[in-house]
Amino acid sequence: MGKEVVKVDHVGMKFNLSQEKIDSIKEYFIKFVKREIKYDEFWALKDINFTLNKGERLGILGLNGAGKSTLLKVIAGVFKPTEGKVTRRGVLAPMLELGAGFDMQYTGAENIYLYGSVLGYSKEFIDERYQEIVDFSELKKFIDVPLKNYSSGMRARLGFSIATVVEPDILILDEVLSVGDAKFRKKSEKKVMDMFDKGVTVLFVSHSLEQVERLCNKAMILEHGRMLEYGEIEKVAEAYRKIID
Amino acid sequence: MKERIRNFFRYRYLLWELVKKGIKLKYRRSYLGIFWSLLEPLLTMVVLTVIFGTLLGHNEKTFAVYVLSGRLLYSFFSQSTGAALRSIRGNSAMIKRVYVPKYLYPLSSVMFNYVIFALSLIVLAAVSLIMGVYPSVYSLQLIIPLVLLMIFSFGVGMILATVGVFFRDMEYLWNVVLMLVMYTCAIFYYPDNLIKSGKGWLLKMNPLFCIIDNFRSGLFGELMNTKMLAYSAFASVFVLIFGLWIFYKKQDEFILHI
Repeated sequence: MGKEVVKVDHVGMKFNLSQEKIDSIKEYFIKFVKREIKYDEFWALKDINFTLNKGERLGILGLNGAGKSTLLKVIAGVFKPTEGKVTRRGVLAPMLELGAGFDMQYTGAENIYLYGSVLGYSKEFIDERYQEIVDFSELKKFIDVPLKNYSSGMRARLGFSIATVVEPDILILDEVLSVGDAKFRKKSEKKVMDMFDKGVTVLFVSHSLEQVERLCNKAMILEHGRMLEYGEIEKVAEAYRKIID
Repeated sequence: MKERIRNFFRYRYLLWELVKKGIKLKYRRSYLGIFWSLLEPLLTMVVLTVIFGTLLGHNEKTFAVYVLSGRLLYSFFSQSTGAALRSIRGNSAMIKRVYVPKYLYPLSSVMFNYVIFALSLIVLAAVSLIMGVYPSVYSLQLIIPLVLLMIFSFGVGMILATVGVFFRDMEYLWNVVLMLVMYTCAIFYYPDNLIKSGKGWLLKMNPLFCIIDNFRSGLFGELMNTKMLAYSAFASVFVLIFGLWIFYKKQDEFILHI
């Protein structure tokens, strides 16, 4: 086993579910005076601990609202955990919701540069890989069309092509292996598989146990923000089957 | 700290992209495009000069330069702070999905407005020459109020961006404050009478007025008022530090409120 790539140390994430959203100064003041500000505390994640070494592929299982996507966002740095710490080593390719940062008025070509820069690429890097992105997305004909005229499948294809043009050390996948039509899905799965072969560390969320068993070698089950089970895929998959039955 | 500086360099290309996006999208689909950033101040100047020139009886040729300079600096301030105020909420879709240093949103809003502002200074230069206001050695001073204006606007923008996340009212409230700022900036009147009657403090309390006054000094070939320079420099730096402080303190909570 190689070196530690992702380390999640006692991570907890708390949200305030206030019953009514207070977002005006007047309301806030009145409620403050009347001491009516209550926050419903809700721990979306609590006491999550694990480490992943290079090349390990973790599948995250759980029912809706178990905290799977929150966990991925904490690891990707979108949320800052309320407690605990996440350490990452290497280049991260977050494929959470593809195309966050796209501008609808921009053309496909402009969006390649914009979204690339959002992901932290340099201009030189995008220049170099521009052709590769266009080719993979198969959108050459539409590359100068504003994005608002794209279909959702085309947007997803462009997003996927931009996000996967790097050679990441850590790959975060949130049900993204289902973008585009059947042909593109096959192609994108192959691309992800190639990354697997290069020894990328993967965090993968899916509702399909079959998919997780096929792709991952480790797994965890989340329930109400807590880690119910963690370990080798066979053992966890068996436990998960019991839960869903 | 070292980490932060490294991060800044890592995302400098994104900053550039966001600035470019602001400029591009502002004028996209208008026939005259970026040319508007030259035409708009020119037209406003004509309106203001005609109305206030006749109303207040300022017939001197330099009044147009006076009005235009005040108007340009003020409108940069109002546009950039307004954009910064909306920047976090406006980009909520992005903030919720991908990690990007959050200060980039207000910073790029202020910067793209500064680029447009810088372009409109060309108009000011042209109008000055036509109206017989020629550059002199005092023109070198201009750089100081221009830098202070940027610092001050960015500082105010950071504060507004932070407050705007938690209180939606801020957008409306800020428009009222901007009106007060505008009338105490002496854009289309001479402040002399007000100062003589002992109510000059009303203007001098406003750092933006001090910046505009210093700018006009450079323009019309006078030495800057040192008191106003010191006050506006102090206010700018103070606002910047306070803005950065409050932004960094609160930025991790943004995501829970947008």
